[in-house]
Amino acid sequence: MNKKRKFDYTGVLSSVFAILIGLIVGFIILLICNPKQSAPGFFTILTGAFTHGAKGVGQVFYYSTPIILTGLSVGFAFKTGLFNIGASGQFIVGGFGAVYVGIMCENLGSIHWLAALLAGVLFGAIWGLVPGLLKAFFNVNEVIASIMMNYIGMYGVNWFVKSYKPMFNNIRNESKPVLQTANIPKMGLDKLFPDSSINGGFIIAVLVVILIYLVLDKTAFGYELKAVGYNRDASRYAGINEKKGIVFSMMIAGAISGLAGACLYLAGTGKHIEIVDTLADEGFTGISVALLGLCHPIGILFAGIFIAYLTAGGFYLQLFEFSTEIIDIIVAIIIYFSAFALMVKMLIAKVEKNKGDKKSGLKEPGDAAASKAVSDKKGGIKA
Amino acid sequence: MDYVIEMLHITKEFPGIIANDDITLCVKPGEIHALLGENGAGKSTLMSVLFGLYQPEKGKIKVKGKEVSIKGPLDANALGIGMVHQHFKLVHNFTVLQNIVLGMETTKGGMIQMADARKKVVELSEKYNLFVDPDAFISDITVGMQQRVEILKMLYRDNDILIFDEPTAVLTPQEIDELMQIMRDLVAEGKSILFITHKLNEIKAVADRCTVLRRGKYIGTVEVKDTDKEAMSEMMVGRKVNLTVEKSEAKPGEVVLEVKDLCVKSVREGHSQNVVDHVSFKVRKGEIVCIAGIDGNGQTELVHAITGLGGMSQGQILLNGEDMTKKSIRYKNTHGMSHIPEDRHKHGLVLDYNLAYNLVLQQYFEPKFSKFGFLKKDKINEYADLLIEKYDIRSGQGKDTITRSMSGGNQQKAIVAREIMKNPDILLAVQPTRGLDVGAIEYIHKQLVAQRDSGSAILLVSLELDEVMNLSDRILVIYEGAIVADLNPKEVTVQELGLYMAGSKGSKSAGKEEADHE
Repeated sequence: MNKKRKFDYTGVLSSVFAILIGLIVGFIILLICNPKQSAPGFFTILTGAFTHGAKGVGQVFYYSTPIILTGLSVGFAFKTGLFNIGASGQFIVGGFGAVYVGIMCENLGSIHWLAALLAGVLFGAIWGLVPGLLKAFFNVNEVIASIMMNYIGMYGVNWFVKSYKPMFNNIRNESKPVLQTANIPKMGLDKLFPDSSINGGFIIAVLVVILIYLVLDKTAFGYELKAVGYNRDASRYAGINEKKGIVFSMMIAGAISGLAGACLYLAGTGKHIEIVDTLADEGFTGISVALLGLCHPIGILFAGIFIAYLTAGGFYLQLFEFSTEIIDIIVAIIIYFSAFALMVKMLIAKVEKNKGDKKSGLKEPGDAAASKAVSDKKGGIKA
Repeated sequence: MDYVIEMLHITKEFPGIIANDDITLCVKPGEIHALLGENGAGKSTLMSVLFGLYQPEKGKIKVKGKEVSIKGPLDANALGIGMVHQHFKLVHNFTVLQNIVLGMETTKGGMIQMADARKKVVELSEKYNLFVDPDAFISDITVGMQQRVEILKMLYRDNDILIFDEPTAVLTPQEIDELMQIMRDLVAEGKSILFITHKLNEIKAVADRCTVLRRGKYIGTVEVKDTDKEAMSEMMVGRKVNLTVEKSEAKPGEVVLEVKDLCVKSVREGHSQNVVDHVSFKVRKGEIVCIAGIDGNGQTELVHAITGLGGMSQGQILLNGEDMTKKSIRYKNTHGMSHIPEDRHKHGLVLDYNLAYNLVLQQYFEPKFSKFGFLKKDKINEYADLLIEKYDIRSGQGKDTITRSMSGGNQQKAIVAREIMKNPDILLAVQPTRGLDVGAIEYIHKQLVAQRDSGSAILLVSLELDEVMNLSDRILVIYEGAIVADLNPKEVTVQELGLYMAGSKGSKSAGKEEADHE
């Protein structure tokens, strides 16, 4: 148990390190753009989310809901050895499914929103299933397959929404709003965070995070999926049906992304499917969230909230005549540095070793090879 | 100049372990000096120190009498030290010549000049009787030839101190003899050789002196001709080791595994060919049947066909009379088949799982270890502790150790423990002692015999002649995918067996005959 905690500690530390470096570089960029305003601007990034008190916090949770889910989708697939770059397509297709049910199915009453949500999950799952099947049975690289599915999903949804009158709002070139009954209920969160856009979607996201954590860590199914991810050959040897594992893994990842789309478009905040030729950002932010959260469900939860918090703060950057893109740059840098997690681990190991040497009074070897060997060893044990 | 290499009082520590503790190794010019030790005794660390990959905490290195500081392999190379690694470092789609010059090509105006290099390589090849074709592609030549390319690489760089890291592990008996001769030729020409191994026969055959390490400590250096094998193995392991396996007469019972007319087709460059060629045999309860053969004669494909990891084009597999031909791997796993795989990293273990998880790799779903789809972690841990205790699996953090960080010997022990604990009807053990040291080999052999005596059938696939001769109750020799002989180990000599394995004796019909008259 102790060992596990220790691992988390270095992992978390490397993410914290990445965040710090990202913020510092972000500050430097602010300095370059506009030296005078850089300090208050930077301050705003960190505090902007709290400008309106509880409402601000509620907004952060609201922003975080879809990216926690897409992050979870990517992270889950990653744990099982697959790179789901198709979260974007699954997201939009899932969103479409939810919106379709939200507009078209009128007489569902109080379970309308649930039906719409499930439609989103189902559509997303189908969109994930396709690359999963291709990978399992034809060994098509899931990255390529899911990138293609992104475009098929985006253009397909655009085309369908545009050409299907009952769904299309041709004045604003977007989908019509869903029926009132299809909006996810607030589940009491509006009382906690008055005036904010938060809704039950956040609770659903948290529940899914916990569910995925349990599946991965506690169940025989999760054991199989992870085994397939780590070593396909050994899984075959163990009698695990690795094709089934891959298909299920991609399908679940797709379902989670689909849920993300559903949560966004059923939030009742005036979000509609816009007819634009760009892939949904949420899918790619999901990759960042998954990396920053070290692909661990709980880590992803916090990483999602954190990135939403920065985004919320970044919105206020405009007050200081900065463009909000700066925030995207900072997030990108943070992700960039979280890829250095291994290096940070090595640094930590080196510091620990030096401490140990001083304690035991040993001569410090001070050569790169030795400390590399040391950190490799530690990395091997911990990773 | 008394010594070409002197490594004096070398100490190298890693956190929690002293890999080399005050080790002294001196190699005389023109001798073959063996470095003997179990896995984890510190041989590799010592060589890494010599090659500058690690810097020692204490001690100094002298080459040809001069104290030197070696910061990396390039320094070592400049001092004339070269090494043939256990796993060759060759580019497979390059020719022999290209591989040899790689890294020190002579160029003229940016264009590569091969003529001089070719001349030098051919000269060296002739001088040391290496018979290497400079224009052959690495992917087309045998493992033994590849090793000679590695040797040529050292010679081409004018190295005169040659290190061989477990060079015989990949060779056939005949190739080993040839290598020994090459090594003798090399020292006759004034080279010095450091020969890392844990095979006593080879030390006896070729080495002049032998330095023994055990658990990071220097045990001693002995004259090989004055020391017998038993004494050396005792120095290495620290206790008396039984080099022959003690086992009683086999009492074969009813047939457990029956393979009927099995073929595996493979298509290479448009030609389809039977890699496993109409193989039939039976394995009975209480006997160890060994499939002996040189690597690459269809053993892997045969075992994969039996276990279901690979396909088969024809034939039938019966386990306890039940037709298993079309059954899934899981079905076989849970119906009495155990398999110690050839490649423990590829098939045997999920290296990123901890030891406990690996010990239930085929059983995690059984009611014993899971309920309503949830793993019973306490039961898994309990079971892991039991196996660790019973089979003496050593690791840093017990059942929580990530298997990747364990030593090869202990990884293998974990697999053996897992497979034997399933109490199988048939145990397929493929090279179960590959790369292990004497102590671990002795242990695994004992376990296999014990399993036989408790009524399991064992099908052993081995490339090691000693293992084949010692352990088996019946030997089937496989050559080019076909069983060419069915031998009794008591009535056959090692030399004869070697000839069968090389295909110069025996007929392809031997396996079929057996099937016919039974």
